Amino acid sequence: MSAPNNTYDPVRVAVLEPAEVERMTSEALAAIGAAASFKELKAAEVAHRGRQAPLTLASAEIGALPPEAKAEAGRRVGVAKKQLEEALAARQADLEADRDRRVLQDETADVTLPWDISAVGARHPVATLSDRLADVFIGMGYEIAEGPEVEAEWYNFDALNFPPDHPAREMQDTFFVADPGGSRGDTGGRPPGPAPRGDTGGRPPGPAPRGDTGGRPPGPAPRSGLVLRTHTSPVQIRAMLTRPLPLYVVSPGKCFRSDALDATHSPVFHQIEGLAVDEGLTMADLRGAITAFVDAMFGEGLRTRLRPDFFPFTEPSADVSMECHVCRGESTKPGAPPCRVCKSQGWIEIAGCGMVNPRVLVACGIDPDRYSGFAFGLGIERSLMIRNGLTDIRDAIEGDVRFSSAFGMEA
Amino acid sequence: MLVPLSWLLTYAPLPEPVDVGEVARRLTGIGLEIESIEQVGHDISDVAVARVLEIENLTGHKKPIRYCRVSTAGDSGGSSPRASTAGPDAERSVICGAVNFAAGDLVPLALPGAVLPGGFEIGVSKRYGRESDGMICSAAELGLGDDHTGIMVLPPDAPVGADFVSYAGLRDIVLDVNVTPDKGHALSIRGMARELASAFGVAYADPAEADLPAWVADPGRGEVYPASIADPTACDRFALREVRGIDPARPTPLAMRVRLARADTRSVSLAVDVTNYLMLELGQPMHAFDRSALDGPIVVRRAREGERLETLDHVVRALDPDDIAITDSSGPIGLAGTMGGLATEVSESSTDLVIEAAHFSAPGVARMSRRHRLFSQASARFERGVDYELPIRASAKAAAMLAELGGGTVAPGYTLAVEPVEPVTIVIAADHPDRVAGTAYGTDTVVRRLREVGCTVELGGRSEATPGGRDLLTVTPPSWRPDLADPNDLAEEVIRLEGYEKVGIAMPRATAGKGRTAAQRLRGAIARALAGGGYVEVPSSAFGSAADFDRLQLPPEDPRRRAVLLANPIRDEEPQLRTTLLPGLLRVAGRNVGRGFADLSLFEIGNVARSKEDTAGGGGANGHPGTGAPSRVAPILPVDRGPTPEEIAELERALPDQPRLVGMVLTGHRDRPGWWGDGRPASFHDAIEAAHIVLRTSRVPYSVQAGQCAPWHPGRSAEFVIEPGPGSITTGGEPVTVGFAGELHPRVISEFRLPPRTCAVELDLSLIERAAADLPPVQAPVISTYPVASQDVALVVDEAVPAAKVQAALVAGAAAAGREVLLEDVRLFDVYTGEQVGRGRKSLAYTLRFRAPDRTLTDDEVAVARDAAVASAGRLTGAVLRGSVSAAG
Ligand SMILES: [Zn+2]
Repeated sequence: MSAPNNTYDPVRVAVLEPAEVERMTSEALAAIGAAASFKELKAAEVAHRGRQAPLTLASAEIGALPPEAKAEAGRRVGVAKKQLEEALAARQADLEADRDRRVLQDETADVTLPWDISAVGARHPVATLSDRLADVFIGMGYEIAEGPEVEAEWYNFDALNFPPDHPAREMQDTFFVADPGGSRGDTGGRPPGPAPRGDTGGRPPGPAPRGDTGGRPPGPAPRSGLVLRTHTSPVQIRAMLTRPLPLYVVSPGKCFRSDALDATHSPVFHQIEGLAVDEGLTMADLRGAITAFVDAMFGEGLRTRLRPDFFPFTEPSADVSMECHVCRGESTKPGAPPCRVCKSQGWIEIAGCGMVNPRVLVACGIDPDRYSGFAFGLGIERSLMIRNGLTDIRDAIEGDVRFSSAFGMEA
Repeated sequence: MLVPLSWLLTYAPLPEPVDVGEVARRLTGIGLEIESIEQVGHDISDVAVARVLEIENLTGHKKPIRYCRVSTAGDSGGSSPRASTAGPDAERSVICGAVNFAAGDLVPLALPGAVLPGGFEIGVSKRYGRESDGMICSAAELGLGDDHTGIMVLPPDAPVGADFVSYAGLRDIVLDVNVTPDKGHALSIRGMARELASAFGVAYADPAEADLPAWVADPGRGEVYPASIADPTACDRFALREVRGIDPARPTPLAMRVRLARADTRSVSLAVDVTNYLMLELGQPMHAFDRSALDGPIVVRRAREGERLETLDHVVRALDPDDIAITDSSGPIGLAGTMGGLATEVSESSTDLVIEAAHFSAPGVARMSRRHRLFSQASARFERGVDYELPIRASAKAAAMLAELGGGTVAPGYTLAVEPVEPVTIVIAADHPDRVAGTAYGTDTVVRRLREVGCTVELGGRSEATPGGRDLLTVTPPSWRPDLADPNDLAEEVIRLEGYEKVGIAMPRATAGKGRTAAQRLRGAIARALAGGGYVEVPSSAFGSAADFDRLQLPPEDPRRRAVLLANPIRDEEPQLRTTLLPGLLRVAGRNVGRGFADLSLFEIGNVARSKEDTAGGGGANGHPGTGAPSRVAPILPVDRGPTPEEIAELERALPDQPRLVGMVLTGHRDRPGWWGDGRPASFHDAIEAAHIVLRTSRVPYSVQAGQCAPWHPGRSAEFVIEPGPGSITTGGEPVTVGFAGELHPRVISEFRLPPRTCAVELDLSLIERAAADLPPVQAPVISTYPVASQDVALVVDEAVPAAKVQAALVAGAAAAGREVLLEDVRLFDVYTGEQVGRGRKSLAYTLRFRAPDRTLTDDEVAVARDAAVASAGRLTGAVLRGSVSAAG
């Protein structure tokens, strides 16, 4: 830094004196800061940064300064201009924020007002639960097999080892299709006699007397040989007849029994059945499949229990209970509060199952010495009762929109 | 079956104290489900054995009233707590309305303060002007059946003064056992005690072996009533024994009556009670004839056409040639194993009895009992299977008991007609149960369990079938287990007796599944699309009626009239399966409207059934062709082999058509009214759009045209048609109608009492699924980023020209315009009718959007494409540009 050169004739410019620059700057900053609107801000900008603004004019005088003073004056004015620019931008931003705040405030509406102009749809829980159950098994590699609801008796009974005239066949209250061409008048509205059969096929339940197959001409009520399927099990037969082995299928569907409608019975209901036919399948595989299914539908860690039962198409047969998913058995302890779901039994019966009866394999042309299989089945409406608290089956079949709507898109 | 536990314990003695909960748990665990446990006899107190000293007949009453002096004075040790057995307190007087006893008889006396079943308390009361100090009880009042007709007269050796409850053994536990239809043997104390003994590992005493008379196997010298079997398919064992000279007035012993009552079996007479008692104990149904009513040798045969029999229930039955009849020279005298005839019934004067114990055909008895709607304890047992070796022993026990209790003598020997029964032997690998259960039991356990069941098991031999061989067992099931016929039957016996809890849990095998089929995925997608579009899925009735066809205004030849009739409908109003979803859905809509839900958009996906078209109908009596039935009878195929393809085809031919349909019903508002303003009523447009949702979801190419089909409004419904195309269901090159959508015919709406303008849709989902099955995967579109060029055109056409046709013509014209398709989108934005376009004409205004994949279109290119589109519309629909119309006019 050099000292002022006294030998030079200095020209002094008053407006570039530091004090004067500072005064102009603070005047301008005050004007910018005081601007209450975009208009005032614009005016302040014109007044203090425009061509006629004091600082602009002062800046023009820099050239008159001696070379040694130019730099300092230039720097001083530059700093001042920058200050003004920043102040303008800041004020502009403030004003914009104020404006936005005001506008948004003015536009505020009651967002809790309803806008349910469009109807809201829903699926029926029998459909979605059935899909959900099927999904569990699809995840294990099963495929969905289907069959008709009006079914040949042979599929619904005979092939499933329900021998003719066996009480098991009578335990399923069956809807029979009226005989071809005739009216149902001569049957008096009750199940007519056995269908005419050319081949005895089925075994009588006892070793003797043999050959008592009622081999007489069709009685007064000839039959169509058709029924409304009483279970989804005929789909098992169809799957075994049409699909290659090994075979893993589930068959959900509608079934029919001539039960009167009440809170727990409906002539129309839904089942889902599973069937596996493979080499070396055992009851342990069956339990594995059932356990996986209970885990998926009701939560992990619930115990399952098999107890002997009877179904003609499985041997051995079992009913499946699971530990109550609500009380987990606590309700059976003395003094414990009762459980509505398991009726304080601790266990809930959920399904029937068993190893495919080798006679069924034979009727489907499968070698029972090579292949074994297991099958299980459960009622969808019953599952809704257990899982979703359905108490009256009629709610699930009469089509009240409140029922479906309560479930939405998933049961 | 109701089973007194004390009776079971007679043959399967469990260590004391017996825990009935554990009994129930174990029996259930081996397959005899205990449905309930009832403690009986605990609701009776202070009833004593008393002697009637004198009887005073009170007169002047409507019915006989007797005032009886009774005494509990006796030398009994186990006396009733309240009954004095000595002194003046031992005597009291009671009023009684029954007359079946005399002075000197012993009776059960309810003392003042006594409680009888049902909480009925006995006090001292003033009746008929006398002080009645207690009550003489009938069997019914003591909870022993329903006999109110007289008081219960006790045997002369009953200990006077004793507590009646302990004397009669009234305290017991009754198990209600649910016996599955395969377990005929368990319909007896004999069979159930065997199961109980197995479950607890205690010794079992077979009641069919115990206490047999010494002469059981002595055939005698032909002195017993003769019998033969004429039809070997009906019966293979028929045994008769005779008891002569019994006193028909002898009562049934109290202990027997108590047990019968506990097993819910009515006490009738000594002869009937003894046979019933032994049926309950052994499982062998028996029948007693009055010998003097028999005429000639007994023959078991099928009934003959025209034969009749009045059975014990006083019903005269016309017999069927399939019925198994017990006959004598006079004709049928009983329905085998089902019910006896009235004429040969044991009566109050019968002294000489013929006892029948037999083994009848299970299916034969089953058919007969169903044919005659006669379901007896005997028929229930025969149809489930009875021990065919039991008749000789059971009849011996019955004869011995009747002779002893009735004071008669047993005629020496028996009559036995026999048809040979080949014993069943089953050869299994010793580890077969292990391989079924996936659990190692070992040969010793397998053999032990099978022997417990009653099988004869021989070890030895090795299987040739498996490399290395497996030990073989030759198993002969016992005569009482006709259900054991297969290796798996034997496996189940081992597995259940060992306990299902011993079966392990294996991780499920992962298999190579293909997931849902295209059709299954499509069905789900359609249901979700409809639900997403505001439709609520509801079920409706699977049944229907011809009356609904009339309500729907279906013409006589409509295929939806080809209903499948039920032989046994639940409701006469719905005697058939539905052929269309609409009546059911319309009723569901009506029900919801009735419950206050006026704005409804409903859908259902479900099957219907229609008889095949080849059903010869020729117009039924009611003018509904083909109403009735499938075309053919479905045969019952054999089950000892797989069916042939021809046999399967025959079954399929007999099945009706069962298409899957989707139906929708709309009523009320589609857009709801609210604070925002008015809503928008559901209209045929909404219904038609719903059908579009379904078809768009399927990706199947289709078209829409004006519909003319019941039950729709002929001017406000659309027909949806799948166009012929490669891989399409339209094999003949003809378009296929998949359904209709629109407003319902006003008459239909009023028939179903629905709000005006109710709309409906019904589409054949099976057809759509089939058409969609062959669709190739969606090809990704080329997304052009070049600018769009929009052109609006207003076309004037005859009012009758469908808009869909005009649009199709525009698209076709634009497509044919050059080497590439430049038309990206066509959208109708205005429809105008009025003076400016002239009467009977309408103006349709479209926005056409053009875009090229590779360049910005020039104005010329756009103009050429637009003009080609308009020219095509002009050619195909007579459309003229609206500008040119006004220029001309
Ligand atoms: Zn619970």
